[in-house]
Amino acid sequence: MKFTWFNLMPWPSLPDNFREKHHSVWVDIPNTLYDPNKGHFVYHEYMDQLEYADSLGYDGIGVNEHHQNGYGLMPSPNIIAAGLARRTSQAALAVIGNSLALYNPPLRVAEEFAMLDVISGGRLLAGFPVGTSMDTNYCYGQIPGLTRDKYAEAHDLVMRAWHEEEPFAFDGKYNQLRYVNLWPKPIQKPNPPIYIPGGGSVETWDFCLDNDYNYSYLSFTGYLRGKKLLDGYWDRVAARGKDESPYRAAFAQTICVADTDQQAEEMYAEHVSYFYNRCLHVHGGFADAPGYRTVKTLKADVLNALSEEMQSLFPNLTWKELVDEGYIIAGSPATVRERMEALIKSLRVGHIFCLIHIGNMPDWKTRYSTKLFAEQVMPHLRDMWPEWKDDNRWWCKPLDERLQPETGIEQARQDARMPL
Amino acid sequence: MNSRMIETGRGTKVHVLDAGSGEPLVFMHGAGGLFPENPFLDQLAQHYHVFAPEFPGFGESTGEALLEDMLDFALHGWDVVHELGLTKPHIVGHSMGGMIAAEMAALTPNDISKLVLVASAGLWLPEHPIPDIFSFLPHEFAQYLFHDRSQGEAMLTGGLDLKNPEALKEFYIGNSRRLSMAGKILFPVPNRRLSKRLYRLSAPTLLVWGESDALIPPVYAERFKAQIANAEIVEIEKAGHMLPYEQPEEFVRAVTTFLR
Repeated sequence: MKFTWFNLMPWPSLPDNFREKHHSVWVDIPNTLYDPNKGHFVYHEYMDQLEYADSLGYDGIGVNEHHQNGYGLMPSPNIIAAGLARRTSQAALAVIGNSLALYNPPLRVAEEFAMLDVISGGRLLAGFPVGTSMDTNYCYGQIPGLTRDKYAEAHDLVMRAWHEEEPFAFDGKYNQLRYVNLWPKPIQKPNPPIYIPGGGSVETWDFCLDNDYNYSYLSFTGYLRGKKLLDGYWDRVAARGKDESPYRAAFAQTICVADTDQQAEEMYAEHVSYFYNRCLHVHGGFADAPGYRTVKTLKADVLNALSEEMQSLFPNLTWKELVDEGYIIAGSPATVRERMEALIKSLRVGHIFCLIHIGNMPDWKTRYSTKLFAEQVMPHLRDMWPEWKDDNRWWCKPLDERLQPETGIEQARQDARMPL
Repeated sequence: MNSRMIETGRGTKVHVLDAGSGEPLVFMHGAGGLFPENPFLDQLAQHYHVFAPEFPGFGESTGEALLEDMLDFALHGWDVVHELGLTKPHIVGHSMGGMIAAEMAALTPNDISKLVLVASAGLWLPEHPIPDIFSFLPHEFAQYLFHDRSQGEAMLTGGLDLKNPEALKEFYIGNSRRLSMAGKILFPVPNRRLSKRLYRLSAPTLLVWGESDALIPPVYAERFKAQIANAEIVEIEKAGHMLPYEQPEEFVRAVTTFLR
């Protein structure tokens, strides 16, 4: 099993009446609610936590991309990842990811990911989400009905740029480039492992299987609800005659660990409620721009984003509901272990994106939960897929000899010296 | 009305309603498509040979992937006219259909007898931003589209009860398919620089607007008039953006008076 510690980077100070007073946490959230002076401390706290997770032995540390979003303060996850690349040396840098269709030209992603891979010594996991409709269509203005076509072209361009060794001309529908010639190029060959976050469309499953990319299901609704979707994915894997390595799939799970179940509720309930009942207040009309999903997917999908009820997708869920219905896995190390085992087995996943900082959780609680999970849960879950233990197809392959941050900092403090 | 399928040179398969006799009149629908009942078409057909093609992605028409940008849509419009064998028709375009009709007129101004733009899209006035129809929830459309919201809701859903999950799903999927196509020329801002080309229009042009249009307000009619050489405005009372449906008699009277 591989565990990646993820921080969504929520803004921790949304007002109590946010849900009643504001239209949406995403897209048109008033930016007067953001205080950059406070933001300075928030970014550093969150980045410190990611570095802390590295020091505790998490396999990866993860960041993602959102725009105009009150619970995701990383319009550019690459900036955060660059900071992390300099201050960590062990964990994979999971950038899940860059929404390819948003970059003009998308070569920018090939370049920045190559830079991150080189700076980190080959520790990059490269995520290529289509991007949510909120980000891609409403914030960044991409035409919904053409988004996937543009994404597909961008993907082809990025992969060719990484693989080819001579300059080439690219005559795309959305990108025309006379000289594609990547400088720098990534350490990992032929390319860093690719992660595709998806929401359940058959097209995305096939895209992952065609290319042997990891399929990452990133939702906040937990493993009980995720089961149906991942069952669909594994059926597709079988139908396509691919091997059933659990490392083909990743799952994001909200996790809270304390000494006892009772203590978990006492410590974390308010922060979990802040996240589910305040941060996830997204205007339903932004969830799925017409054309963002194909009619085929719409027909197959459970349409959960409908009607006026959409406005209250997570209508004031209680701690008990969140725990019982599996949105979150919370409790003592023993409880969390048991439920994580159930998750891992029932979903057949080899990668967990651990959402341990939640909502407006203060730093000390985040570290408390993070440490308990690392020390008392993670070790027990390591070998759940013994028959696949050597399957590293979806993990980074760092340089054996790479710079350690401590060394780098030491050298930076030295005065200039003439080489003797 | 008669119903048939035609295929254009590009390969789109187009469902066309037609009725009546006399001078040809092509009606181009808006982003919501044709409703099941279109009384204003029947009334127009008492005076003209009316053709109402549906764009790909609307109703039975297909070939969505073949139309990607404004030029594709405008040329598709002419492809349909040619496939129907029409010479110098009147063109009446509503909302998105008005935008396409105006682009067609800019491409080949001498191929149109008279042009009617009904609550037409195509321009953007920063001081009068057009609401974002692409972020509306199903129950939010009527208030922007109709003078009389409750009547409008019934027309929009074709009598479907949106509280019924299956009906809602049907509306949602149909709406998604239609607006996916419309988005290619209307998303995220419904402006593909038509204003740079309006100087080319030469046919007499009528701008018909609903007085209480809350989507593309009548101030847009003024801007069209300022940019088209030979244009006049008629405003219709107690009508919103969907004026052909809301006030069919008044609408048809305005159009037939102008075309006469």
